[in-house]
Amino acid sequence: MATSAPVHAHAAPQGFIRKYIFSLDHKVIGLQYYFLALVAVFVGMFLSLLMRVHMIWPTAILPIVGEIKPETYLSILTMHGTIMVFFVLTTAPQGGFGNYFLPIQIGAPDMAFPVLNMLSFWTTFVAFVVLLCAFFVTGGAPLHGWTGYAPLSALTNSGPGEQLGADLWITSIAIFCVASLMGALNFITTTLDLRAKGMTMFRMPLTCWAWFITAILGLLAFGVLLSAGILLLLDRNLGTSFYVPLVVVNGQVMGHKGGSPLLWQHLFWFFGHPEVYIAILPGMGVASQLLSTFARKPIFGYRAMVYAIMAIGILGFVVWGHHMFMSGMSPYSAFAFSIMTMAIGVPSAIKTFNWLGTLYKAKIRFQTPMLYAIGFVSLFVSGGLSGPFLAQPVLDIPLHDTAFVVGHFHLIMGVAAIFGMFAGTYYWFPKMFGRMMNETLGRIHFVITLIGTYAIFMPMHYLGMAAQPRRYSQFTELAYLQHLLPLNRFMTYAAIITIAAQFIFLINLFWSMFKGPKASDNPWESTTLEWTTATPPPHDNFGGHTPVVYHGPYEYSVPGAAKDYVMQTDPAGVAAH
Amino acid sequence: MGLALLVIIWLITFFSTYFFAAKTWWLPHGVSTAAPWIDHQFALTYVLMGIVFVAAQGALGWLVWKYRDRASAKPAEYSHGNTTLELLWTTLTAILFIGLNLMGSSVWARERFEPAQAGSVPVEVTGMQFAWYFRYPGADGKFGRTDPKLMDPSAGNEAALGLDTTDAAAKDDVVTGTMYLPVNRQVDLTLRAVDVIHSFFVPSFRFKQDAVPGLAIHMHFTPTETGDYEIACAELCGLGHYKMHGMVHVVSEDDFDKWLAAREAEKQ
Repeated sequence: MATSAPVHAHAAPQGFIRKYIFSLDHKVIGLQYYFLALVAVFVGMFLSLLMRVHMIWPTAILPIVGEIKPETYLSILTMHGTIMVFFVLTTAPQGGFGNYFLPIQIGAPDMAFPVLNMLSFWTTFVAFVVLLCAFFVTGGAPLHGWTGYAPLSALTNSGPGEQLGADLWITSIAIFCVASLMGALNFITTTLDLRAKGMTMFRMPLTCWAWFITAILGLLAFGVLLSAGILLLLDRNLGTSFYVPLVVVNGQVMGHKGGSPLLWQHLFWFFGHPEVYIAILPGMGVASQLLSTFARKPIFGYRAMVYAIMAIGILGFVVWGHHMFMSGMSPYSAFAFSIMTMAIGVPSAIKTFNWLGTLYKAKIRFQTPMLYAIGFVSLFVSGGLSGPFLAQPVLDIPLHDTAFVVGHFHLIMGVAAIFGMFAGTYYWFPKMFGRMMNETLGRIHFVITLIGTYAIFMPMHYLGMAAQPRRYSQFTELAYLQHLLPLNRFMTYAAIITIAAQFIFLINLFWSMFKGPKASDNPWESTTLEWTTATPPPHDNFGGHTPVVYHGPYEYSVPGAAKDYVMQTDPAGVAAH
Repeated sequence: MGLALLVIIWLITFFSTYFFAAKTWWLPHGVSTAAPWIDHQFALTYVLMGIVFVAAQGALGWLVWKYRDRASAKPAEYSHGNTTLELLWTTLTAILFIGLNLMGSSVWARERFEPAQAGSVPVEVTGMQFAWYFRYPGADGKFGRTDPKLMDPSAGNEAALGLDTTDAAAKDDVVTGTMYLPVNRQVDLTLRAVDVIHSFFVPSFRFKQDAVPGLAIHMHFTPTETGDYEIACAELCGLGHYKMHGMVHVVSEDDFDKWLAAREAEKQ
């Protein structure tokens, strides 16, 4: 522990390019990740708007975009999922906030490998550009969905977008994997080696625990996806048959033989399920940090929270088969995957109980970051409780691949994670930019977004129960779907309003960056290390000294203390507990 | 703001629960032997999860209102948690989740572990972009040979599957684009796909299974009411995924035999 700082110190850079573009400073890199994700989330959100509009007005000619054909719809769907999962949910919580605040919260001057850090951001950037290129090549973006099931994704003649577009898609994902592996190594090393004196593992804020476990998940999961992606590229371009058996596409016998479509699903979901936790764990960390801070109360069951994160991390690797109950996989293995999946609900429930326990007998301040943390808990509960439905193979018979699943994962890994990001943004904005965001705009944004997300995603469960399949571009063909149209219309209207409300956030973000009132060093009266340093923090984070840590991260309302919070660096005593 | 949060969270909880409880949108009417079992497990899960949902959201709304910061509020309690409570809710959650799972497992076992009974109706279902074909083996009870080289999707039915008419067993095979089944008799299903993965989904039968190229997947189910039921494709299979639908006509045993005989006669 407590490695001496000078080994990792590098001089503050001069000149625009070294300072803001190819920067080695984890804070600048964190912001680069954040703004990349911000661009990506607006692209992804715009695509979801197009989907919702097309679903209820399938023949409409839209301005700029023109007519959305069924194949265009599927391209949009594929790109929406891929952009959101990789470039938003994986990029902002970990690459953005993690990069900026992990080193500061553990008292380090920078990440362990600054050059690797820069490289991982720019590799991610390249991956994003490659993915967007898929829109503009002949045939357009692929239509095989973000899960890219073979043989649909492995054949070049299975549909429009399955030529160059699909190659760019899988290449982008492979590049992203490389970037994430570099990032993961950096996070793990930083956490293990660069903690300040006194910052034991069990004195780390829960955000750091979340980023640390997320990095371990990333290290183990992205390598598998990278390999799977390379095999897919070989199948597509060199005629190998990893995923493709003998198939006949539109009367034409293809040259493949003996491959297994299920192999892709196993490899993809071996990555794909841990990926869900990669997206949500940092949000859980932020929620814990904020609930404790704004409730002015120590987090309920700190150690239980840490063990729950670990349990989720471990169990997350043995549940991938629950995506495959209907795939033709052995029905016996469904048993094992199902039990493991139910088991992973237990640590998730522990976290929820502990969040509620933190609020009990608290003294809650309702600043905007806290609103989002409370919203996170609500969404996590709602999205989580549809899990035990889908974890049962027998209930997957009616529900698998219906809108029920779409509602489930959007609530829990989509908007819950995004609420974590909003919470993080409102909370850390003063430290990052030295100014406060507007509270009134923040509250309006919160209320519309919370009600809006429920209005969009809760009805998806009803649609799924009524057997509306997912990934249908229109509902004109099946008679039994007709009575669901009014509900679908309602969801589209809700989506339009909710999406419009996101511009309130954008305005608040950029207006406050330049015009917001100046922030003090510790505006929320938090206890963790980032609030002990200057605002914004200097290049080496603590202005030449290394902080020394005396106690755990959430010492609020300590009896007998002068204020209702005791900083981690405050040598004054907190009674042993 | 504490009161506003309480109202918002409780209203969201109320409306979400109302539409579940009122069954405004619900599972389609089930017409197979498995349907009551699956629906029962669904209802059980839904009641238990519903209780947890209302309790958790209700508590969240109440806590944020009750413990809001105000001038008269007492200082927050300085507590790091309670190990007994921690163990209690961990155990309760584990029992609830695992128990629920085990209750549903017998239904799954019945549907998927055992092969079809003797005397069931053999039907082969084949998915291809973007149509379903149904093959009945004819009087000999045997499916004849098919050959990928002979497949001609534009010609439909027998030709689409590449049925090799030089094979004796293939001569009496009937291939149709609409499925006919006798009521109250088990169906011995063989699922295939020729190009990409499709999924054979009949909501009214509570039946869903992917059809995977390279695999012949054997399944069984028993329809219990005559009528017409829609088939949907439930696995993304390309640009026509949304219109890859079909129809099952469940008819009396007599009507089924007559229908099959008529198809055989057409072939000769």
